[in-house]
Amino acid sequence: MSKVFMKGNEAIAEAAVRGGCRFFAGYPITPQNEIPEYLSRRLPEVGGVFVQGESEVASVNMVYGAASSGCRAMTSSSGPGISLKSEGISYLASTKLPAVIVNISRGGPGLGSIQPAQMDYLQATKAMGHGGFRVMVFAPATLQEAVDLTYNAWEYAERDRNPVLILMDGCLGAIMELVELPEFKETHREGAKSWSLMRTDGEKRESRLLTPYLPEALLEQDNIARGKIYKSWEENDVKVEEFMLDDAEYVIVAYGISARVSKEAILRLRKEGFKVGMIRPITLYPFPKKSLQNLDYGRVKGIIDIELAIPAQMRDDIALEVKDRAPIYTYGRSGGILLDDESTYEAIKKIVTGGAE
Amino acid sequence: MEYKRPSCLKSTPSGFCPGCMHSLATKIIAEVVDELGQQENCVHVVPVGCSTLNMLYWNGDMVGAAHGRAPAVATGFKRTNPDRLVFAYQGDGDLAAIGLAEIMGAANRGENFTVIFANNQTYGMTGGQMAPTTLIGQKTTTTPYGRDPKETGYPMKMCEIISTLEAPVFVARYALNSPKGISDAKKGIKKAFELQLSGKGFTFIELLMNCPTNWGMTPLQTLDYMNTNTIPYFVPGVYKDKEAQEK
Repeated sequence: MSKVFMKGNEAIAEAAVRGGCRFFAGYPITPQNEIPEYLSRRLPEVGGVFVQGESEVASVNMVYGAASSGCRAMTSSSGPGISLKSEGISYLASTKLPAVIVNISRGGPGLGSIQPAQMDYLQATKAMGHGGFRVMVFAPATLQEAVDLTYNAWEYAERDRNPVLILMDGCLGAIMELVELPEFKETHREGAKSWSLMRTDGEKRESRLLTPYLPEALLEQDNIARGKIYKSWEENDVKVEEFMLDDAEYVIVAYGISARVSKEAILRLRKEGFKVGMIRPITLYPFPKKSLQNLDYGRVKGIIDIELAIPAQMRDDIALEVKDRAPIYTYGRSGGILLDDESTYEAIKKIVTGGAE
Repeated sequence: MEYKRPSCLKSTPSGFCPGCMHSLATKIIAEVVDELGQQENCVHVVPVGCSTLNMLYWNGDMVGAAHGRAPAVATGFKRTNPDRLVFAYQGDGDLAAIGLAEIMGAANRGENFTVIFANNQTYGMTGGQMAPTTLIGQKTTTTPYGRDPKETGYPMKMCEIISTLEAPVFVARYALNSPKGISDAKKGIKKAFELQLSGKGFTFIELLMNCPTNWGMTPLQTLDYMNTNTIPYFVPGVYKDKEAQEK
């Protein structure tokens, strides 16, 4: 298989098509515009459908409609638009419809800035909409990882009949890297035959109702069943990269572009003899709790949470696992200002040499 | 001729209020689906409002939509299943307030499905608040002194608005308070579904209806009220018929 040089947003879009996505609806918002632009020309080539919706709200509901027939469907946006889609994401979850949502995140809150940031961690992992539901959140750090996660996202969405969120900062959306594109998946809707409104010619079945509304007793049962699914994610579906942890005295926790910048700093600090390692969550939800639980707190002197977010948003999840066994430091930039190699290296060095506040 | 329950309606007794025209409207839609032999092929997009109750009575494929979003849900479904007969049955709050962007977007794109607009000038399910179609002077739970256009504007005429768009192929309004009105409405719905099945494009049917409970009237009183108040403002008729225009 040959490698191609692609921009992050376009690589995700192509991976979705190869993963079986045949419906996309979206609304323009920076910094994700290459996704709808790419799919507006690409989907018709493979018999798929692209619709530019009148709003983010309408777009996610178009995805809801397509998904109800078993079609693999996707929408993408960035912070402000993801907030608008949260109504539809809640409805996708309640009606048990699989779909893939992409957030190419930018500065916040509100309109924020159009530059890259990681300000949507809390929204993504705690409450992607009203009603106390969860979604799996994939956070790639390279374009190859973004391609692979997007390509396979529907397998998770369809297995759980729940939306999957891909959370990628605007930096990864905009950079170009070599990626290996996987083969096209079969796009038939066989897997959706048992629950969707699809009808195969000549086949008889009872009519079906797909509903976001349930009577009280059924809704409580539904809530209980969801809880079991979330628990099973923690046991089976955590994805994490553990980097140089074996002898680490300081452990960085970072995801996405922050993890890439942190890795450069770690390699430099290691050359200077500082024992620094990293836990990189690839699934932000389920969070890689075990990686933090399994650290040797007799040796680990500190945890360093590095994010493109101020205040750091992942810190609470880290603290729940670390408890009081090591101090937790945070470092980051926000507002659309990126982490740079030198400042990040210096910030970590200050912490590991005991100079941090 | 045998008069029987349409196959698209379950034998469940209707829970719509006595004298409410939702059950009548649902019945004539069901009859049309039956007459066209589309019971299995039909997809009913169920929005939020009293119309949500149709989840209990309709016998056929259904998908529930968020408040106001039925035309977007129908867009996603129909675009990926072009052979299915798709319709949404939306109330006035759903369609003309919270869902204005979705109905205008779908109509303007000329999506090949049918929206049936149940206009009873009130939010029935939530207890009778002012709707975008509430008549001037009409009392509701949020216009206790009567709707004052200085504060709340005027009732929205959706057929008139939608018929200004280029794409829709058939736009018509009917009143369900007379046998002739019911008969005309059924013919209009049938025409809209036939146009959709032949791939012609977006069709919009507005049905003027009552709400005895929230209007505080007996069902019979609502029929007269509609003649003297609703119909003069929301004038029934065909507002756009692209095929007839082209002939």
